This record gives sequence, C-alpha cells and structure tokens, in this order.
Amino acid sequence: MLIDFFLHLKAKKLPVSTREFLTLLEAIKERVAGHSIDDFYFLARTCLVKDETHYDKFDQAFGEYFKGVTQVPGLEADIPEEWLKMMMKKHLTPEEKAKLEKLGWDKLMEEFKKRLAEQKERHAGGSKWIGTGGSSPFGHGGYHPEGIRIGGESAGNRTAIKVWENREYRNLDDTVELGTRNIKIALRRLRRFAREGAEDELDMDGTIAGTARNAGWLDIKMRPERHNKVKVLLFLDIGGSMDDHIKVCEELFSAAKSEFKHLEYFYFHNCIYDYVWKDNRRRHGERFPLWDVMHKYGEDYKVVVVGDATMSPYEILQPGGSVEYSNEEAGAVWLQRMLDTWPRAVWLNPEPERLWDYRHSIDIIRTIFGTRMYPLTLAGLERAMRELNK
Amino acid sequence: MRFEGTDSYVATPDLMLAVNAAITLQRPLLIKGEPGTGKTMLAEEVAGALGVPLLQWHIKSTTKAQQGLYEYDAVSRLRDSQLGDEKVKDISNYIVKGVLWQAFEQGKPSVILIDEVDKADIEFPNDLLRELDRMEFHVYETRQTVRAAVRPIVIITSNNEKELPDAFLRRCFFHYIKFPDKDTMGRIVDVHFPNLKKDLLREAMEVFFELREIPGMKKKPSTSELIDWLKLLVAEDIPPEALRSKDKKTVVPPLAGALLKNEQDVHLFERLVFMAKHNR
Repeated sequence: MLIDFFLHLKAKKLPVSTREFLTLLEAIKERVAGHSIDDFYFLARTCLVKDETHYDKFDQAFGEYFKGVTQVPGLEADIPEEWLKMMMKKHLTPEEKAKLEKLGWDKLMEEFKKRLAEQKERHAGGSKWIGTGGSSPFGHGGYHPEGIRIGGESAGNRTAIKVWENREYRNLDDTVELGTRNIKIALRRLRRFAREGAEDELDMDGTIAGTARNAGWLDIKMRPERHNKVKVLLFLDIGGSMDDHIKVCEELFSAAKSEFKHLEYFYFHNCIYDYVWKDNRRRHGERFPLWDVMHKYGEDYKVVVVGDATMSPYEILQPGGSVEYSNEEAGAVWLQRMLDTWPRAVWLNPEPERLWDYRHSIDIIRTIFGTRMYPLTLAGLERAMRELNK
Repeated sequence: MRFEGTDSYVATPDLMLAVNAAITLQRPLLIKGEPGTGKTMLAEEVAGALGVPLLQWHIKSTTKAQQGLYEYDAVSRLRDSQLGDEKVKDISNYIVKGVLWQAFEQGKPSVILIDEVDKADIEFPNDLLRELDRMEFHVYETRQTVRAAVRPIVIITSNNEKELPDAFLRRCFFHYIKFPDKDTMGRIVDVHFPNLKKDLLREAMEVFFELREIPGMKKKPSTSELIDWLKLLVAEDIPPEALRSKDKKTVVPPLAGALLKNEQDVHLFERLVFMAKHNR
C-alpha cells in the first residue's frame, strides 16, 4: 500500500529513490516507530527527505496523500480494539484507569466509537474531545478525529499534523527566502580553489617521491597554497524601480563582499551605458567610463548584473534613450560589448520570474544575455552560479 | 538500544525517532540545523545515554577521507631509516589508526561523530561511501582488511555550507533540528537551570524571542546564546523587573552582549530602542 505513497511523493517532484523507500519499509518492519501517524510522518521524513528545503514539499504531499486516505469512510471503525485498549492504558493515570475498569471496556469502546462517528471534521479544541480532569473518559490526551492520534501529554500542541499543516518549513524552501547566510551558501558554489603564486606548503607526496628517487636522501618539495581565485564584477542597478528591492540587494551585496577576495562593484541606473559609478552619493562627480572598466578587468572576471530590467524599451534600444543624459550609443550596444569582454556573465532579477513575460524590456535584456537571467532567489542564485561555473 | 533523551539534553520526539531509526537499522544519521541547536552535543548525549564510547572526528577544510581510516606516517619512517632504526623494517609500525578504524576494532557498540562534514572537500563524503556502507576497508600497506564486528552508530553533522552528494544522502537518515519553540525552549532552560525563578525565565524568554523577531538581524541569537545569557543573569542576580518595562523595547536588556554578537546588530537594536523611546 505504501507504493502509492511513494509514487505520490515522486509525482510531487520530491527526489526520493527506491533505496530510501526500501529503508523506510525496513524501518517499519523493525518497528522503529510506533503506530501513530505522527510517528510514521517523522519516520517517513527522516528516511525519504534529505534536505530541509524539501520539508515543505514533503509536508504538502504527505498532507494531501493522507487526507485522501483518512477520508475513506469507515476507516476509523477499523481501528483494532486491542490497540485502542493499549493506547488508553498507556495514557491514563492509575485513578482514571480504576474508574475506567469500573465502567468496563466494552461500554467505553462503544462510547469511543460513537464519538468517532459524531465527529465529522477536524476539531482541535473542544472540551468534549480534549477533556481535562475527567470530563471526558478519554483523559488528558488530545485527539485527532481523523483516526490518527490518541495522544498523551508529550504531544501537546505539536502533533505532526500541525507541523505539516502549518508548513513550518516554508521558509526553508529555496524558492522563497533570502538571508545573507543563505546567499553566502549559494555564492559559495562559485568559489574555486587553484594553486598559484609563492611556494609555501610542503608537498608531502612530491617530497616522498623525490626522496625515493634520491635513494633516501631527503628532497623537500614545496607547492603553492590554495587560494580562492574567483574574480567577480558586480553591477548593481540603483534607484527608481529598484527601490523595492533594496533589502535583498543589500543582502546579496554584503554576502558577496565577504565571500570573494576579488570583488569589484559598480552602480548603474536602469541600463548600462558609457559610465558607471562606485559611490551613489557622488554619482555625477565620480564616474568611471565603462571602456576603462573593460580594459582594467580581464576576461577571467565573472560578471553579475543585478537589476529589475524594468524600463522603457527605448532606454535599451535607442541612442539617447537614457533617462539621465543623452547617450551616444544605445544600451543594447553597451550590454553586448560587456558580454564580448566578459563571456561569463549572468543577470539577476529581483522581480518574480512569473512577471518577466509581461515586461518588454525584461524580454529584450534576457535575449541579449542569451537567457542567462535568473530570479534573485536562492534557487535562482544557485542556477546562476552553476552557469558561471561552467 | 533506544535513545530517550537524557537529563541534560532535551530531544523532541521526531529527533528521538530519527536517532532510534539510525540505531536500529545501523545507518548513519545526518543532522543539520541552525548553529547552536545542539547538533554536536547530540552525539555526546547518545553515547552517554547508551553507555558506549564516543569517537569524535572533527572535519576541517583540509581533512581527507583517508585520515579517518588510517594514515601512513612516511616522514617518521624516512627519518628512522636514515637513522638506521630497526623499527623501519615493519611497515605496520608507521600505520596510524584513524577514528573509523578505532571504532571498528572496539568489538562492541560505539558512537562515531563526524562533525561538520560540509567543511571538507566536496569529494569527501563520496570517498567514505563504501566504508560507511559496509563498515570495512582495506589497508594497502599491510594488505589487511579491517571490518567492524559490531557496526558503530554514526552521527554526522552539517552546517549546510556545501551540498552533499546524492549517493551519500541516500545512505543516511536525515534530520533537521529546527529552532525550538517556546515550550521546548522552556524545557531546555529547565534542564540547564533547574532552580531558575519562573518569572525571570518568562521575562527572559520574551526578550529573547522578541530579539529574534527583529527584521534585518545579521545573526539571530540561538539556544546556546540564551543559555549563556541566563547564566550571566543568574550570576549577576538581576531581578526579573529589570527585564520587564512593558512599554515595549524602551530599554536595552541588561548584558545584551551575550545575545548580540555582531556590532551591526547591536547598533540596529540600539537604534530601534532609541526610536521607540521617541515614539517615532
């Protein structure tokens, strides 16, 4: 029966493998978990999901699947009586147990089933169900009428169904949140180590080989230490429609700054033309001609442009299209020139990906960049870094 | 063998289940989570609770998978050979046993902690696949095969700095320790400070969770920072009233340095306090 569950997860695009599924079955056979659906939820998660960014997807898929199962009419009535007895024994205090013995199991079971039948939908807090101090024969345990849990106090309000229905792991889904640390991790993909420069590390293998060749006379070999050798040029769109995205750009910027040794950054407005600048307050006084920048930084630099690419198409396609001054050559020409100088380039766009199709200017820039435009989310960053690393 | 948490470590039911699954099925358990949520401590507590020895292997960026198995100390051998030492004739004198080897030859259950596996080179986990799967490896220098008589419990922690290869993940159980909610946090504090005054704890927790909510915080305070802070509060004998001041955020909590470890955060916080004072 769990094969359906497995296929359901697979259909929901969770990266589950047969091996992990077999592990889950083995764990069930070995009775690692109890019989409640909470335990099963945790067990299935620990076996099948290997990355917290998939927790949310798993919660949704699990909820969907088991809602289907628990909606089957009559399922509640199938709970074996022995099991119910056992569960209740486990969760009741001796006094309550004594009281219950007086009532007799049969009567209690009947009562219990009646309540199951009464309850149509999930109900978290009614006094009838979570009785305290004897108002309900089912003691202090909470009860999920989906035929799921007759829980003790340890469950409290943190039962699994709450976890998967609240989707507590939503924040970790890599299509949503961006924090500095997360960005750092994404950027780290780009870090590459290479040996270059002074010899300052003992090359053990080389020394041994060299010594052996010298018939035992020590021949010490050195080699250069590894360095983070990635060089990055960051171009940031600033002002205008970018104001909405300041926070996320700041985070990206601070993360990038601490991650790369060779990082240069420049600002531009809307589209890149003849000039860029480094200090936004003195943008008109201290400008850097883009020609100089192109000559200064070689083609081993990787270029990351961050901008929403949202503007009038004229600003890209027409000479004199800039909103700030009359530019002799069109933005498109400059962008192409940049790509010729630095073939490894990506454009990161803080606007949501689904809006891209509706903005003509985004489409133009995307075409110029050869579709190397990525959303400024963790997943987008990952894709961008992978592209840059190729 | 079952792990049920210990007197000094609060394990949530899902964490316990993951640990027990790993113990029963004898597979490695991979633990991730925010810094300061007790990932490394888990291994110590599991070993303590089960009464078995703990072998720790802390990974650095230069660590090689081979070092966990054994190392051939070529330099000593070379030196000995140049000094004409008799030892040099037997190569096994220069084989240094690694953590996995030590665990394999215990002959009884043990816990191996592979701490911060993501620090190592990207190929590191792949190099350990077979060793962790079969719990055996071959020593080329002495032509012997080391095999674990009793499979040790392997706990691996990761800080998510690198992605781990799929083949490796498929062989592990996985658990993500999420940041404790208020109830769990209360139990954690109880474990560390059994005699803490109730009202002080309540006030402190409120301050703590409010601090975590501040947007734009560079490093949110974690469990271990809360514990440190409480330690200081208790040591300084700070009354709960000092934390209270209910007209929100008008005062910097005493000894806040234990919670905020980043000067930008401190600055941000002070600015918020200042703004709140002036009702802007």
